[in-house]
Amino acid sequence: MSLLEIRNLSVDFQTVSGSFRAVDGVNLDIRETDILAIVGESGSGKSVSMLAVMGLLPWTAKITADIMEFEGRDLLTISSRERRKIIGQDISMIFQEPMSSLNPCFTVGFQIGETLKEHLGMDRNARKIRSIELLELVGIPAPEERLKAFPHQLSGGMSQRVMIAMAIACSPKLLIADEPTTALDVTIQAQIIDLLVSLQNDKGMALVLITHDMGVVAETAKQVIVMYAGQQVEQQEVEGLFSTPRHPYTNALLNALPERSLGLDRLPTIEGVVPGAGDRPNGCLFSPRCEFAQDDCEAQIPPLVGTGTNTLRCFHPVDHGGHGE
Amino acid sequence: MNQSTINSIESGPRQPSVLRRNLLEFWYYFSESKTAVVGLAYLVGIILMAIFADFIAPHDPTIQYRDCLEQAPSWGGDKCNFLFGTDYAGRDMLSRIIYGTRLSLVAGGMVVILCLSIGIVFGVIAGYFRGWVDTIIMRIMDTILSVPGLLMALVLVAILGPGLLNAMIAISITYLPYFVRLTRASYITENTKEYVVASKVSGAGKFRIMFITILPNCMAPLIVQATLSFSTAILDTAALGFLGMGAQPPTPEWGTLIAENRDLMLSAPWTVTFPGLAILLAVLAINLMGDGLRDALDPKMKRS
Amino acid sequence: MSAAIEGRDLKRYYTVKGSGFFGKPSTLKAVDGASFSLESGKTLAIVGESGCGKSTLARLATMIEKPTSGNIFISGTDPHANAGAEKSRLRQDVQMIFQDPYGSLNPRKKVGTIVEEPVVINRNLPAAERRELAEVMLSKVGLRPEHYDRYPHMFSGGQRQRIAIARALVLQPKILIADEPVSALDISIQAQVLNILMDLQEEMNLALVFISHDLSVVRRIADQIMVMYLGRVVEQGDAKTIFANPCHPYTQALLGATPAVDPKLRRERVKLTGELPSPLNPPAGCAFHTRCRFVQDFCSTTAPGLEMKFERQVACHYAEVAMKS
Repeated sequence: MSLLEIRNLSVDFQTVSGSFRAVDGVNLDIRETDILAIVGESGSGKSVSMLAVMGLLPWTAKITADIMEFEGRDLLTISSRERRKIIGQDISMIFQEPMSSLNPCFTVGFQIGETLKEHLGMDRNARKIRSIELLELVGIPAPEERLKAFPHQLSGGMSQRVMIAMAIACSPKLLIADEPTTALDVTIQAQIIDLLVSLQNDKGMALVLITHDMGVVAETAKQVIVMYAGQQVEQQEVEGLFSTPRHPYTNALLNALPERSLGLDRLPTIEGVVPGAGDRPNGCLFSPRCEFAQDDCEAQIPPLVGTGTNTLRCFHPVDHGGHGE
Repeated sequence: MNQSTINSIESGPRQPSVLRRNLLEFWYYFSESKTAVVGLAYLVGIILMAIFADFIAPHDPTIQYRDCLEQAPSWGGDKCNFLFGTDYAGRDMLSRIIYGTRLSLVAGGMVVILCLSIGIVFGVIAGYFRGWVDTIIMRIMDTILSVPGLLMALVLVAILGPGLLNAMIAISITYLPYFVRLTRASYITENTKEYVVASKVSGAGKFRIMFITILPNCMAPLIVQATLSFSTAILDTAALGFLGMGAQPPTPEWGTLIAENRDLMLSAPWTVTFPGLAILLAVLAINLMGDGLRDALDPKMKRS
Repeated sequence: MSAAIEGRDLKRYYTVKGSGFFGKPSTLKAVDGASFSLESGKTLAIVGESGCGKSTLARLATMIEKPTSGNIFISGTDPHANAGAEKSRLRQDVQMIFQDPYGSLNPRKKVGTIVEEPVVINRNLPAAERRELAEVMLSKVGLRPEHYDRYPHMFSGGQRQRIAIARALVLQPKILIADEPVSALDISIQAQVLNILMDLQEEMNLALVFISHDLSVVRRIADQIMVMYLGRVVEQGDAKTIFANPCHPYTQALLGATPAVDPKLRRERVKLTGELPSPLNPPAGCAFHTRCRFVQDFCSTTAPGLEMKFERQVACHYAEVAMKS
């Protein structure tokens, strides 16, 4: 049974210049022990879609979906009270900036304890014991002393570990990590990613990793969804995505990676820019920049075709058999 | 070289004028607060009233109508028709209040201009040099702050002599610390940003960094402070006038109006009520507008 | 022919006030003995994580700060040994671009004014000529002359970085210091900006000092590389040689931690234990010994100097051991 099932999720924001569609038709199907990576560049809507699931978007956002269910319960019509029982306990999230995600006025012990108290109703002693357990689990040395530390006394890597400890405190079934290592040094990033994967293994959690770092995706994920300008353009297993990307955007993105152009004079780029609010094309959103675009691409938006974990939004996918079509 | 008047020939539709677009965006956020718009409208109204006082006021504010002393507000009768009544000397209250608007607005404006100009200079100097220069300037400001504003203004006016001009100077001095502090705080924050380093790498000298590079980025909180100081200045000018230390009779300043008609509070209440209302409404309007301004200029409240 | 920019045993120490009223002040050794030599047309990459001193080194190179000891030479001349006009002229030869495209442009100035600023400060040209110069630079970085009258917030991150490049190069400097110029950009935009940098470097025969923590980018563009850790240089030399066979354990860890899409480029993940020590309190002897997998007793007593081994400079007592693994 799927843990999180989403069909046709869309998010619209009210802005100064009218309504803006940040997420447009996302399908998702996560089962236990899945590791799903959602990749995309700025403006792709990857963070917004997960924030919508968590109910963390501002009031100016309008969320619509055909299905948005967690363990069979409808997240769209749920009351805030019911939602608060799920968020933080069964679904958890960690964010990009660990230094600003922790409340600077309270100690680490207090903040971890808060989650335990709210969701599991533990008493003070039990909370202390469990907090120390959690800090050890995430690899923080001398956990008893760390409980009394304030966030500003911790380094970036430590803060992120504390965040992870808070997120797994109630043994969630699904952990969403929104760019968890972008703000960290590369050796610390490796430690944090390893930690997330080992926790996922040990606890049988599902992990959703939102990132723009393709290297992390290649080394960590099992499934990958690629997003562009709010739309989901491709989903594949990780090996397939990197060896035979079907959507021209994925193809172009991978070609633009510095490591793929080692022998070349210049790096291949994608001409043009991501469409903003005012200049969305009529047809496929990527068509103005696509080297394989044809007339039908500009006439109408390609539908998302495919089943389950293999989807594609393109009329003329890249053909790796011979040449791109 | 001609400035571009091209109507945008490149990718994506863009509004023709930067200024117009900024004003429109500002108005969008500002007008979300209905009270702010009402405040702005009222302020615009009294500014127009002050400018066109000569045409609006029914009478000359200094003419004394000896046979209409302390008349209650009346209209439609055959003689002594004064919409707001007359004061102890038979002068038309309405006209005096209208002309008084000029004085209050000028007082508020002068205070704001003085405070902005001197406050900015001191704030920038304190922020740039830090060290003992900063310490001296801030301790002077602390000293000014340690005495209650009106009390200090009274002392200053006592030294300088009563009168509207001296009242304005005194009030400016008491407001100075707020402007200096705001400027200095903004300055220090902006100083850490990379565009300042970039200017230094380009070879920018002291004055350029202080006034051309950093200062324009400190203006938003200063604008809000200036607006609110405008209203407080009107109030303080009136207070000083009421205490007899500001504008002297027969100047029709609102506070002075209340002072000179103080004895008539019970027998002819219109002589003090209307000036009081004028003060109240002006200060209220400007404060409401200032709140809206602050919200509109605060980037965190912006949505797009 | 003398190098375009040369650093000899550069050191920059800061005195940090002690904690509390009576605390003893301590010394922060931000850069502790870095030397390099870069010719025109070549790229030196400075690599390392937070606190390694690379940004301080950039500030020394652009003469924003004076070294505590050691010398900088711009085209063979020491700018700090001169004063006034000569120093100012040498300063114009070194320009810089920064990491944060959103913070490095003055939000209250028009783009054209920003690009013109170095000309306004350093040359006496009439307004029309200045504007023409600015418009030429804007075209060189792929923007249009009409963009002169726009404000920075109207541009995307990649476009702002281009504006920053235009500003840095408007005076035709000989040396460009790029402090993490593409770290905050999306992959496809990174490629565009890197191409512009490489093109302009070739056109203007620039000596490019490229500071980065992203080894996949560095691998692509660097001729020489300098790896720093806690203010000291641990490995330095030809980029290809070092990437093919990193010698110093820290370099190995960095390369191992860098996620790569292509499995052939992945190196064994070296697990680095522990956190980065505080630069205020660096470990005795070799700064890296607390996290090194080849550590011996000798490492904690004596700091290794940079020595020529295996065709590069490396600071490690047990370089041979590290190299074999």
